[in-house]
Amino acid sequence: MKNRLKVLRAERDWTQADLAKALDVSRQTINAIEKGKFDPSLPLAFKAARLFNMAIEEIFKDQ
Amino acid sequence: MKESSTRSNWQNQMCKNTYQLMAWTGAWLCTTALVTFGSKYLWDYQASYSIVAISLNIIVGFGMIRANIRHLDGADELMKKVQFDAMGIALVVGVVFGLSYEQLHQIQLISIQPEISDLVMLIAITYMSTIIYGHRKYS
Repeated sequence: MKNRLKVLRAERDWTQADLAKALDVSRQTINAIEKGKFDPSLPLAFKAARLFNMAIEEIFKDQ
Repeated sequence: MKESSTRSNWQNQMCKNTYQLMAWTGAWLCTTALVTFGSKYLWDYQASYSIVAISLNIIVGFGMIRANIRHLDGADELMKKVQFDAMGIALVVGVVFGLSYEQLHQIQLISIQPEISDLVMLIAITYMSTIIYGHRKYS
């Protein structure tokens, strides 16, 4: 699943560790999601949407 | 947000769960050693002492299992996926190859008597290899 996490993170000058801390996951999970190697669960996707104050569809795109 | 030097509550809890798992696993290993070597070198296989030692080993074993469950529950979803994949593969490999190894002896194709320690090592090596593979796959 494509996503804009890396772009959104960069816009806010956050590191992967910062984003991981904000979402209560490991940095490896953030890295895997950004690279498209791992799809987040729905609760995690909602958490990311709340963090960035955006709709889920604006962050994650179904291929 | 340059606060990655301080840990989140989740990270602190994960650290705590990991240390607890290490402590319980260490305790279980010590009680296992006590059963094995205590019987031989300390109380010369006296039944009452052996029963106490094995009971302690089982109780600590339950503690280790609970610590393992707590560790898994606290892990994030990627860590859980890697762990569950590794456990599934290790279990299947252990059952399939463990039984086959036992059958090789039963049908007299090999003369070596299979030991439970062989199965434990096979499961442990499979589990560790799959964990490493899982971490590399998602990095």
